[in-house]
Amino acid sequence: MSKLADFAAGIAAGTIRIVDLTHTLDPDFPVIILPPEFGQCARFRMEEISAYDHRGPAWKWHNISMSEHTGTHFDAPSHWISGRDLPNASVDEIDVEHFIGPVCVIDCSAGSRENEDFELTVEVIKASEAEHGRIPTNAWVLMRTDWSKRRGADYLNMREDGPHSPGPTPAAIRFLIDQRDIRGFGVETVGTDAGQGSHYTPPYPAHYYLHGAGKYGLQCLSGLDQLPPTGAILIAAPLKIKNGTGSPLRVLALMENA
Amino acid sequence: MTEPLAPPPKKDPQKRSVAPTRPPEIRSRAAMHLTAAAAEGRFTLQCCADCDAVQYPPRDACAKCLSTDLVWQEMETGGQLLAETTVHASPRLFFRERMPWRAGTVQLDVGPVILAHVHPDVGTRARVRIEPRLDQAAQGVLLALPETPTPHMEDDPMMRVLSADPKHRRVLITDARSPQAPALAKILVKAGAAMIFAGEPESWRPYPHRAVLQELGVEFLPMDVTDTASVQKLAGEIGGKTDILINTAQFLRPGGVLSRGDTGFARDELEVNYLGLMRLAQAFGPGMCARASDGVNSAAAWVNLLSVGALSNAQPFGAYSASQAGAYSLSQSLRAEFRSSGLRVMNVFFGPTEEDDWYQQLPPPKVTASALSRAIVDGLQRGLEDAWCGDIAKDIRERFLRDPKVLEREMTLGGEGP
Repeated sequence: MSKLADFAAGIAAGTIRIVDLTHTLDPDFPVIILPPEFGQCARFRMEEISAYDHRGPAWKWHNISMSEHTGTHFDAPSHWISGRDLPNASVDEIDVEHFIGPVCVIDCSAGSRENEDFELTVEVIKASEAEHGRIPTNAWVLMRTDWSKRRGADYLNMREDGPHSPGPTPAAIRFLIDQRDIRGFGVETVGTDAGQGSHYTPPYPAHYYLHGAGKYGLQCLSGLDQLPPTGAILIAAPLKIKNGTGSPLRVLALMENA
Repeated sequence: MTEPLAPPPKKDPQKRSVAPTRPPEIRSRAAMHLTAAAAEGRFTLQCCADCDAVQYPPRDACAKCLSTDLVWQEMETGGQLLAETTVHASPRLFFRERMPWRAGTVQLDVGPVILAHVHPDVGTRARVRIEPRLDQAAQGVLLALPETPTPHMEDDPMMRVLSADPKHRRVLITDARSPQAPALAKILVKAGAAMIFAGEPESWRPYPHRAVLQELGVEFLPMDVTDTASVQKLAGEIGGKTDILINTAQFLRPGGVLSRGDTGFARDELEVNYLGLMRLAQAFGPGMCARASDGVNSAAAWVNLLSVGALSNAQPFGAYSASQAGAYSLSQSLRAEFRSSGLRVMNVFFGPTEEDDWYQQLPPPKVTASALSRAIVDGLQRGLEDAWCGDIAKDIRERFLRDPKVLEREMTLGGEGP
């Protein structure tokens, strides 16, 4: 059998499992909140066009609207000022080979449970590598915090001094880019940066460094606790939006059942 | 005195809800001016510019000198009850359902003898105070009240019909996050509202006054006026017991067309201020219309809060004003569409508010949430269609009536040229 036929047979037989890492696009799902004088990220909205009625007797359909950065979504390099002059920096220009690839998961769930401002540091990355092996070149690195299990106000965790949620330090992001040459970085929180990420130097280091280096971001991922530390394959293909800086998407992981 | 109104018993689920009926609607064009003034709670009659004779009923030529120069003027409200009758039989369904009904003639201090609905607390040949009211056909009528208020006089069935009193009614505040919500809930509790619901959008982010609302006993229910499904869902749940709806949802940012350079905030303004109103009306309107005669806690009123920029564009809130103009126009359509049911639409116009951060750079006078809330409840208790809250709203209304073009010019003055 060919490799692809093997692959299909593996899915059919259940030896290759497909895991959905996507939140449902729901009008009430939180989006990132910026100071109100700035432009804001549109919430997901859905309006009925017809529902088997006088507006269309045999069919039901909706018009939907949202931001490129609503729900589980992909960040392209052109999303940030540091990546705006890079080639192939928008979602429609990215080589499709980048949409399928290996994924490593760094488990920060215990630390994030105790500290809502938990930092992913170089030490945490190295400790994870010591246990599970070195992060290969061109891999997705996902930060598991179990934040996707939070509901309501606990998700953004917004307070008077801003949101509080875990994220990477500037040094950790530089390490992943410079030392490991990752493909991109993904999180279960609303942004690749920590809730208090604006107080690092540079502000929002994950956005600034990742996109400046032509790397990608994945945000609002769900259920990273289902993934193994290494060995899974991630499928994350954004919509082909002309000059799009990001896109809602369905994120799937393929993993081999032992 | 009037017997205080008891809270209505729970509804008998085996009984059909009473469908709305209406008093006679036809008026002459001249009489429409009486209605227009009553819509704002002002008592006006025509006065002859040539011979000063005060006219009643409204007409096209002076009853004394036949001059056609009749000017509508605000009148003193004092008078004396001359003759009265209590109606026990009527071919009009509206009155049949509300008998006995007291009516009489009143000798006004300003001259004419008028026909009025007479409050039961008015004694025989007693001094009265005339109040203009809108009836359930949204037409102006005159109501003779005791010269000095009597206890619980607002609880009389006639008064309930000629108002939208929140007492014993269930009120929906559409947006709990509005900076006006706490003051509004507070005064509604004081006015005897039976229940206060508040639509709560985006419960996933906190807002400062939630605890205040909670303390006042407000029931929070998820709803975002920009999310059609959430509006339909809430209407499905509580549409049948929403007696007064007060739309507090507002999106406000400064800026006109060129200063913004994109349509982002304008879209939000239309989504909330215009389409939000439409979504609410489509979801809650039919149920409220059906219950407009449903006893003590019938559906009574739909309240819109509109910036006075709806009348004439108010800089530097140019694009926001446009959304308010849209909402204002839509409210007029709503009035037409609700009319056959008797459900009232009240617009409360206001100037810049104290509590809203976006007005921070404007000088006083500003409208406080308390003042705005008082205007809302006062308007409901008097059954108004248009209320003007604060000096700026009142001033702009005056100037608009005087000359809309002059007002436009004054509101849009540019700076010194180069």
